[in-house]
Amino acid sequence: MTDILKSGGTTPAARPRRPAGPLKRIAGFLLSIALTFLGLLLVTFLIGRVVPIDPVLAAVGDRANAETYERMRIEMGLNLPLWQQFIRYVGDVLQGDFGTSVLTSQPVLDDVRRAFPATLELATAAIIIGVAVGVPAGVFAAVHRGRWPDHLVRVLGLVGYSVPVFWLGLVGLLLFYAKLDWAPGPGRLDVFYDGLVDPVTGVITVDALLAGETEIFWNALSHLILPASILGYFSIAYISRMTRSFMLDQLRQEYITTARVKGMSETRVIWRHALGNIAVPLITVVALSYANLLEGSVLTETVFAWPGLGLYITNSLLNADMNAVLGGTLVVGAVFIGLNMLSDLLYRLLDPRAKK
Amino acid sequence: MNKFTRSLIGAAFVALAATPAFAETPKDSLVMAWQFDDIISLDPAEIFEVSGAEYGAQVYDRLIGIDLKDTSKIVPAVAESWTVSEDGKTYTFKIRDGVKFHSGNPLTAEDAAFSLQRAVKLNKSPAFILTQFGFTKDNVDQKIKAADARTLVMETDQAYAPTFVLNCLTADVASVVDAKLLKQNEKDGDFGYSWLKTNSAGSGAFKLRQWKANESLTLDANPAYWQGAPEMKRVILRHIAEPATQRLLLEKGDVDVARNLKPEQLDALRSSKDVRIVEAPKGTLWYISLNQKNPILAKPEVRQAFRYLVDYDAMGRTIMNGIATIHQSFLPKGFLGSLDDKPFKYDPAKARELLTAAGYPDGFTVTMDVRNVTPWTDLAQTIQASAAAAGVKIELLPMDGKQALTKYRSRNQDIYIGQWGADYQDPHTNAETFASNPDNADNGPSKTLAWRNSWDIPELTQKTKAAVVERDADKRVEIYHELQKVVMTDSPFVVMFQQVEVPVERASVKGLIWGPSFDNNLYRLASKK
Repeated sequence: MTDILKSGGTTPAARPRRPAGPLKRIAGFLLSIALTFLGLLLVTFLIGRVVPIDPVLAAVGDRANAETYERMRIEMGLNLPLWQQFIRYVGDVLQGDFGTSVLTSQPVLDDVRRAFPATLELATAAIIIGVAVGVPAGVFAAVHRGRWPDHLVRVLGLVGYSVPVFWLGLVGLLLFYAKLDWAPGPGRLDVFYDGLVDPVTGVITVDALLAGETEIFWNALSHLILPASILGYFSIAYISRMTRSFMLDQLRQEYITTARVKGMSETRVIWRHALGNIAVPLITVVALSYANLLEGSVLTETVFAWPGLGLYITNSLLNADMNAVLGGTLVVGAVFIGLNMLSDLLYRLLDPRAKK
Repeated sequence: MNKFTRSLIGAAFVALAATPAFAETPKDSLVMAWQFDDIISLDPAEIFEVSGAEYGAQVYDRLIGIDLKDTSKIVPAVAESWTVSEDGKTYTFKIRDGVKFHSGNPLTAEDAAFSLQRAVKLNKSPAFILTQFGFTKDNVDQKIKAADARTLVMETDQAYAPTFVLNCLTADVASVVDAKLLKQNEKDGDFGYSWLKTNSAGSGAFKLRQWKANESLTLDANPAYWQGAPEMKRVILRHIAEPATQRLLLEKGDVDVARNLKPEQLDALRSSKDVRIVEAPKGTLWYISLNQKNPILAKPEVRQAFRYLVDYDAMGRTIMNGIATIHQSFLPKGFLGSLDDKPFKYDPAKARELLTAAGYPDGFTVTMDVRNVTPWTDLAQTIQASAAAAGVKIELLPMDGKQALTKYRSRNQDIYIGQWGADYQDPHTNAETFASNPDNADNGPSKTLAWRNSWDIPELTQKTKAAVVERDADKRVEIYHELQKVVMTDSPFVVMFQQVEVPVERASVKGLIWGPSFDNNLYRLASKK
């Protein structure tokens, strides 16, 4: 699942080669977005039809009689030829109707509206941790290349890459929740706070602040810390390794030597000059990890009973709930395209050469 | 950046310190960790999954119920008494006076008639439990009606065994719903279906407060319940997919009951004083079946041999320890007429004799479709090993559960390892699937388990039919004994285990009822010290 989405989502929006008028540029851009979405839909749709799972069976259960089964089949439009089914689906989506999920009996849009904020909250917290720790660690490792700080960062990164998140999550819970009592248990809130704030954004920490419920805010935040740290650890591993190699590249450059010769302080050389110059590639790395996190991490969500998008799409996929899978995939696609656009925008802001 | 990092870490510590000590669950609430992602609807006319059935039992009343101490007996619920006419076709129920729905509307015979008519007309998955008595969209308004506010009259198309009819009426699909409330929420003549899928209209001990699919289900006590108000003010079910997480929550006291622990986790908890492991046999069986389309598996001696190729004891001691008991007949314990015989043991020498008689002294090779999750995979591997001792090479084909089921229903498998749960608390539910196959054609309308294994059995099919119209309860039981013996000794089915549900409760919890089926698990009498 993840890999398919990655390759679908990272396809960069095609940019016109020749300079064109702003209107033309915007139109081309919108067209490329539309085509990307259509392609994404088509591929997901076809995969959904190719898997050897009977979607009617998933909807009515094993015990339904032939009549009920047949009625459901027609209701789901599965009696139509494949291309008609696809056109029908795309038509519905254009009208804002993503269909109803078989599993939850609710409109897919409502489901996604509930699952995505949970993932957004977790992913944002994780990426903040990832950047806040990963970038300094990478810089530190590059500066002390070959000495113990470098090895330490590398070993921690390797552990981050190779330890299964599922295991780490369970051990984290066992240690910080069960043994030390530092962190609350799985879930987004303690049960007695559940349903006390109105979901405005769906991000509980934000909703609690909007409602002025500081107690609920702290509770939600405390529930967030452990899963976010564990997800964040994996981003740290990736971000610190990339930062290190970008920094090493920069530190070899002549302008660095020049700056040092001019007597500039080492701190300024490293944190201003070198780090400033790797900002652009670093943004791509961060945007990519953020996008990956926003797909939802099925395993972390499972261990921490976090009702996010990853769990939703996976569950739906396993139950051949195609409306839900397609809806979820579209959201993930939109996230990738959105982040691509955002990082493009940031390039322009940060790279003087792209400003023209 | 550094300053930012520091303030962030600061915030984290403040958050940790500010969180109150993680206390136990509130005294007046029961919190349960459970995998209930199978719930697709909260409408009793559609509920057909274990978790949904359990929800229905808390929120809705039925006309009659099963006696949990002796499951061959029927006890009154909102119907305080009933009679069956001389010709065996008319059932008259007297509705209890003074029962009220959560909405405040009184529960009358009209509601009961509306509920059954509605379930038949909606014709969702469980509707066949009612329509098998000859009710259709067109005739149900005449066949089931309220003679007056307290009398419900139901007329079946032929004289069935009264035990059969009454047992079926204890199913969730026969729950009494609030007709007035549903009519208010009706849309395009759907009997309130689209509304009730996510709402409640019952009279049970609890009412629905909130349902978040795959997340939580919250029930509030109904203080005006006719059998007395529940002691718990609220019951909160949390969907916790990971059993290890459920265990942590239970041990910390953040939940009062954990429902899906695995055998190794149960072992670890057996010595704990804080929790109590409960065992409740449920109506679900584990079996392997041999597709008769495969000419090798169709030989009677081969079918015989397979009964000796399964190491029941070893699997019962390990993989299924605490979650299932050895059971070899197609009626689970707790059902009317269930046989408790266990004639088969693992015996590769005997199996080899039978295989030699069938013309396969050196065994043969077959495939087995296996759901790629525990305990299916473990069971299949154990059977693979024990069968190899007699020369039978089983090739395992692991696949997703829904995929395996799709293949099974188109009869393309060799051996299938499966689970069968009873649909309602009457022996016919299993007899119909294990011992009847009305039409063995490839497009046969009724995909019973016998059909899925292409087992053509006109004689047994007749007998199964005869059992449901046998009005003498003892004779009816005899027919089921006979059917079970045939299926046990000479059929494509090797029944191995009966599921035992193993909820683990905190020691402070009392009074939860774990019945013989999920719609007989009751929270009403639960209390906490």
